[in-house]
Amino acid sequence: MNWESVIGLEIHVQLATNSKIFSGASTSYGAEPNAQACAVDLGLPGVLPVLNERAIEMAIKFGLAIGAKINLHSVFDRKNYFYPDLPKGYQISQFETPIVGEGSIVIALEDGQERTVGITRAHLEEDAGKSIHDLFPGQTGIDLNRTGTPLLEIVSEPDIRTSKEASAYFRQMHTLVRYLQICDGNLAQGSMRCDANVSVRPYGQEEFGERTEIKNINSFRFVERAIDYEIGRQIDVLESGGIIERETRLFDPDRDETRSMRSKEFSEDYRYFPDPDLLPLTFSQALVDKIALTLPELPDAKRARYIEEFGLSEYDARSLSADLDRSDYFEAVVNTCNNSKQATNWIMGDLSAYLNRNNLEISASPVSAQQLAVLISRLDDQTLSSKTAKALFDGLWNKADSEQSVDDLISEMNLAQVSDDGELTGIVEQLIADNPGQFEELRNGKDKMLGFFVGQVMKMTQGKANPQQVNEIIRAKL
Amino acid sequence: MTDIDNSNINITHLARLGRLAIAESNHANTTQELENIIAMIDAMQSVNTDGIEPLSHPLDSEQLLRADVVSESVSRETFQKDAPRTEDGYYLVPRVVD
Amino acid sequence: MAVEKFTSLRDMSAALAAGEYSSVDLTNAHLDDIEQRNTNTNSFITIAREHALNQAQRADEQRAKGDATPLTGIPIAHKDIFCTEGLLTTCGSKMLSNFHAPYNATVVDRLNAAGVVTVGKTNMDEFAMGSSNETSFFGPVANPWDRSLVPGGSSGGSAAAVADGLVACATGTDTGGSIRQPAALCGVTGLKPTYGRISRYGMIAFASSLDQAGPMTRSAEDTGLMLSYMAGFDPRDSTSANREDEWLRAIAHQGIPKLDQPLTIGLPKEYFDNLANAQIIEAAQAELAKNGHKFKEVSLPHTKAAIPTYYVLASAEASTNLSRYDGVRYGHRCENPTSLQDLYERSRNEGFGEEVKRRILTGTYTLSVGYFDAYYIKAQKIRRLIANDFSKAFEEVDLLLAPTCPTPAFSLNEHAKDPIAMYQQDLYTVPTSLAGLPALSVPCGFVNNLPIGMQLIGPAFREDTILCVAAQFQQATDWHKRHPGESA
Repeated sequence: MNWESVIGLEIHVQLATNSKIFSGASTSYGAEPNAQACAVDLGLPGVLPVLNERAIEMAIKFGLAIGAKINLHSVFDRKNYFYPDLPKGYQISQFETPIVGEGSIVIALEDGQERTVGITRAHLEEDAGKSIHDLFPGQTGIDLNRTGTPLLEIVSEPDIRTSKEASAYFRQMHTLVRYLQICDGNLAQGSMRCDANVSVRPYGQEEFGERTEIKNINSFRFVERAIDYEIGRQIDVLESGGIIERETRLFDPDRDETRSMRSKEFSEDYRYFPDPDLLPLTFSQALVDKIALTLPELPDAKRARYIEEFGLSEYDARSLSADLDRSDYFEAVVNTCNNSKQATNWIMGDLSAYLNRNNLEISASPVSAQQLAVLISRLDDQTLSSKTAKALFDGLWNKADSEQSVDDLISEMNLAQVSDDGELTGIVEQLIADNPGQFEELRNGKDKMLGFFVGQVMKMTQGKANPQQVNEIIRAKL
Repeated sequence: MTDIDNSNINITHLARLGRLAIAESNHANTTQELENIIAMIDAMQSVNTDGIEPLSHPLDSEQLLRADVVSESVSRETFQKDAPRTEDGYYLVPRVVD
Repeated sequence: MAVEKFTSLRDMSAALAAGEYSSVDLTNAHLDDIEQRNTNTNSFITIAREHALNQAQRADEQRAKGDATPLTGIPIAHKDIFCTEGLLTTCGSKMLSNFHAPYNATVVDRLNAAGVVTVGKTNMDEFAMGSSNETSFFGPVANPWDRSLVPGGSSGGSAAAVADGLVACATGTDTGGSIRQPAALCGVTGLKPTYGRISRYGMIAFASSLDQAGPMTRSAEDTGLMLSYMAGFDPRDSTSANREDEWLRAIAHQGIPKLDQPLTIGLPKEYFDNLANAQIIEAAQAELAKNGHKFKEVSLPHTKAAIPTYYVLASAEASTNLSRYDGVRYGHRCENPTSLQDLYERSRNEGFGEEVKRRILTGTYTLSVGYFDAYYIKAQKIRRLIANDFSKAFEEVDLLLAPTCPTPAFSLNEHAKDPIAMYQQDLYTVPTSLAGLPALSVPCGFVNNLPIGMQLIGPAFREDTILCVAAQFQQATDWHKRHPGESA
């Protein structure tokens, strides 16, 4: 039988606020265990939550960016369950009335095709702490620093059909929240995590199959692998006559498989109800309109502009606009050197290669956008050859000093092209004298010999001669 | 008026949800008490509430927000002074298996 | 120097200002008295001698600098539901019997800033759940008028301490009557302010949409003084009301103003059906009429539904407010837990008393899938109807007069085995809690040597109206000046 998979993602985005969603504790990452959990985060007796206005603004910003309905009236509910990383025994979330209603997002697949994925809703909630299982014998250690970090949970429609689409959707969401500057996008630190709801059904069947939920996937690659495994598993179960049970599963990246979480003998009943510590959240359309004015250029618009304004290919435009830091870098280079073609080539070529090799983000590039722009300008004015330009790039990379003057380094490394006519003419004359036979052949129309002479000059000048100029000098000798 | 079937209060399930270990020997007793309370509560079912909006808060106003400022400094030592069990700054509980 | 018992806050304040005694003297006298007589009623869970004397010392220094408020140096007690840095805060529960809050409740902070001296923490029903003070882990409190009787609850320790002359003022909290009912049963004056008037921060939650702190004293005048220092917007409590009322500040220095014209007082007829001691309220009514006030019968038709509605909402909120007591970060933890589940279940089972568990189960049930709409949402709708009843009444009258409780103080154990009979104690106090309105209980007579209280209920944020009427009433009567041990 042919099977079709149906996938929906719930993406948890940690909002980049300074303080927590309901307390004044810091949200910064990497503190000593429990050194960033204040009385409110710890759920001490008598403490009360007070909502962070910045979290609201960020949620609204996101809603506007996906063309969603912004609910001017929303409610915070308690989701009740016991777990040691959930200090109050309930999570403050939004159940019936989320702040962001229906919207959508366009994703591009590897073959360049586009697909629209519907967003059901996005709501605000507080993050839980962390349980550390392998530090103490027989005990689980609880670190509540993450408790109360604001989360925007973005729930997609079951519009996704393949694991590739799922990871493209996750990536696109990553691009978007970075553009909006509402999340630092650091997957390794858990700033974005997703749960995948997966089911399969025979092709052509209208209704959905029973689904499972894979929890807490924190990389683009794992989304694909987890979903692929789960689709395969479900098909195996169904084809051998079994049935899929609705359950929560965990992805184990080391074994490349999903496994069932906890036995389901006891079903938790979350007993959602409006949190009586928080009045309904109400804001005006005027606030929404004000935030709309602060929306930056979004990825799709930027890509279109790159094609239009800089004449980039669809592929290059998409690649450069996919990451905010990358597009900022690109534009900084172009603004200075006015050569979008070279800027594209350098960023997509050497810079990317160096960054990848050293596992660096573009924001941490040792070569600044300003330096790369000057490098390109020196190529354009023929101070550099493509060969010396590469040497210079390598030099700038190793210096890793954004204050380093590019022109100084060109002198220091002695990379400028020799364009002194007298000097070059002298070298050419010497060469002709040393190689009369080859010169004769050139004279007789063997154009290949021109390459020989140019090559020799380049060799003697350690690549610093301007090949164009050398060409002209030799031709003049004919 | 809504009819609600309260005849099968599952005390084991409720106690589990509330993480209260109620001794087997008290189940019948506790169930009876709860049934009595629910019966008392059910008197409200006779009130006609058609077209009435729920009132979740007597203030019936909107929520005040706080500025996004780090205002709390945390003294872990103070917070953990009365904690039942901690080590290296972590709160400890019996090993949890997912 | 002798400090006379049953001195009012105002008189103590004047004596301190006149230098008749120092705060240290006054505090020592209070502490000696409390240490000697607390066993009579068991009003205090914690007596804070050292803490109090430090505060008294500072109060005296403050006064010497000419920087005193009317409350500077005055000993008071806090219900053990308010978090107090440096002192135990138990909420009457084994669960918190070892809990030291690392912060003060906003109410405590505000009163400290005014210069009060905290002599101790008063006994209460466990997590404020009860109407008799019998559910406390620290033992029941006796009613000073008759030690075989309960003082009411849940602020029973505060009421008994004030009635017995151990302190002139104690703080309390009221969720469904927990200030007013013990005030009535002990013959003191107790105010439940408008919801939002006083910050709830640091006040251990029972039912968040109902809980409200308030003062318990021996007169309306002292109640007004306390209110003016306890009230005010708190950025740590987003349900506290962000408003400025001029009268609230004025009252601290100028006292409760005289009424400049007679008012219309409503008598909610549902509160007088089968009222056992109606003649006492009628006598109070006659007394008030002498000031020219008009009386008008009004109807609050949904009164009967208030108790079931209250028990649905309060239990639901309580059931999840109490989830944080899990034996992980503070509070009681069972010995040698074998698993997480065991840790949770035994810690909570051992740490909570019967009434608390009963309410957790009730709340868990009514919030469950399948019952939520029938109970919780239904109750919220009735809550609106009850609030609407009051709004309608206040279109016609300035305030309401009603009994505080159906009966005077009852015997220890009388209702302990029948929670539902106990719940009926709140019949007249719960509707105002649901509507969030201010209500004051003042002593208005005696039956069999036991005090009876009446309630004055005002529109939202009009504590001034009910305080003015109460002060006028207390000018003309001396019910509030009677003390246990004298013949009534």
